[in-house]
Amino acid sequence: MIFEDEPVPGYPLPILPGHTSPGRLERILRAGQFAVTAELAPPDSADPDEVFQRAKIFDGYVDAINATDGSGANCHMSSVAVCALLTRLGYALVMQISCRDKNRIAIQGDILGAAAMGVCNILCLTGDGVQAGDHPQALPVFDLDCMSLLTTARTLRDEHRFLSGRKLTYSPRVFLGAASNPFGKPLEWRADRLAKKVAAGAQFVQTQYCYDVPLLKTFMQRVEDLGLLGKVFILVGVGPLRSAKTAEWMRAHVPGLHIPDAIVKRLAGAQDQAREGRNLCVELIQQIHEVKGVAGVHLMAYRQEESVPDIIDRSGVLQGRIPWYPGRDPQRSPQRVAAS
Amino acid sequence: MYAVRLWSVRHARGLNAFYRRFENALATLHPLFKRMGYERLERPVAAVEHTIKGFLFDCRMCGQCVLSSTGMSCPMNCPKQLRNGPCGGVRDNGHCEVRPEMKCVWHQAVTGSARIDGGREALSQVQPAVDRRLQGRSSWLRVTRERAGESA
Repeated sequence: MIFEDEPVPGYPLPILPGHTSPGRLERILRAGQFAVTAELAPPDSADPDEVFQRAKIFDGYVDAINATDGSGANCHMSSVAVCALLTRLGYALVMQISCRDKNRIAIQGDILGAAAMGVCNILCLTGDGVQAGDHPQALPVFDLDCMSLLTTARTLRDEHRFLSGRKLTYSPRVFLGAASNPFGKPLEWRADRLAKKVAAGAQFVQTQYCYDVPLLKTFMQRVEDLGLLGKVFILVGVGPLRSAKTAEWMRAHVPGLHIPDAIVKRLAGAQDQAREGRNLCVELIQQIHEVKGVAGVHLMAYRQEESVPDIIDRSGVLQGRIPWYPGRDPQRSPQRVAAS
Repeated sequence: MYAVRLWSVRHARGLNAFYRRFENALATLHPLFKRMGYERLERPVAAVEHTIKGFLFDCRMCGQCVLSSTGMSCPMNCPKQLRNGPCGGVRDNGHCEVRPEMKCVWHQAVTGSARIDGGREALSQVQPAVDRRLQGRSSWLRVTRERAGESA
């Protein structure tokens, strides 16, 4: 899908009626298209080229790139910096904010800064505990939680003020997201928690890895019963498993991750386990695509990012659509867009 | 104490009913509290509150108690201090992601709220960010003052 007013780096898109952000992700979702987002692993490096290369892998396959914020409580280049680098090229970013490392003063400043750079989507997370990462001796901040972070971002955007009440001269026009884990305990509370996030301001959610479609369907049924389907776009998390051993390890070490035994067995029985993992991912995307109420998929292909284009291609969910990327439309000149 | 904390969640219904009556009783004492001076009462009342709620709930004296909305499971015992939990990391056995030996505070809250009338609705309320200035201050006095229409 090509929008009339595709972006040229540096020129913000107009905000369509009923939209809260000028971003492409919100446009795609509200247009009823099946959206694809992917997680970019920020480098352990100060070299901007590493960020550009990692983003380039997704060119033409994703509607937005998630910049993680110290995911797994491990130290990497910051999400703010990754967004700063990539928005310059016109990429659509989902900036993740975790409550683990910053208090409300720092977070509000980051939201303003991010919107100023052209970030249109913000994902509000509580964050993993510091014990999970490479700096367990660090101070866990958790001044806000994901819910109060959502209300904070919404206050900035809709009430044009800081939490303190001090006025903003220009509010951040952002599309607000949250995470959801349909597969975590207590299962019966998971959809209710999503309802709470929607009440706090979430407009889209990206879920934990889904390896259990029947369980997802149960969750989605409850989401529908709660009347949430028209209120929030749900992007289901998926990712290729490299091997049965990786699956076992992730099951044991990634908090809240649910991988059924049948999946592990299937991988273990395959000749080429990595390939089978990718096939499985393609099948999962196709099955998830059919689940009522699902608005898209979110690929988290940690250390297998290069497999993302092939997986999306084979899944067929883009249905021939080519998401925008820098250089997709060479005939469009900056002047034309600037004038419109 | 951990065992007592779990007991409190199991008896969320009774404790909540007791607290309702207690809060009403406190509210009638507002004129007296006012005459004595709320600031003067702050330290002794906070000390009593800490002792009682510390024993029953492992209370952390956040000063803005939400126990009635969380099935008598104190959210400040969550290592992430979630006020709107549970997070996505709860283990399959219902234990905490950060402290595997401890039952998830929010898993407990869901169980506890089911025992209180209107508990599920209360649990669905979005709790605002914690005001860190109230740390160590009495929630009881604050509620009494607020009910009398004064800002605490």
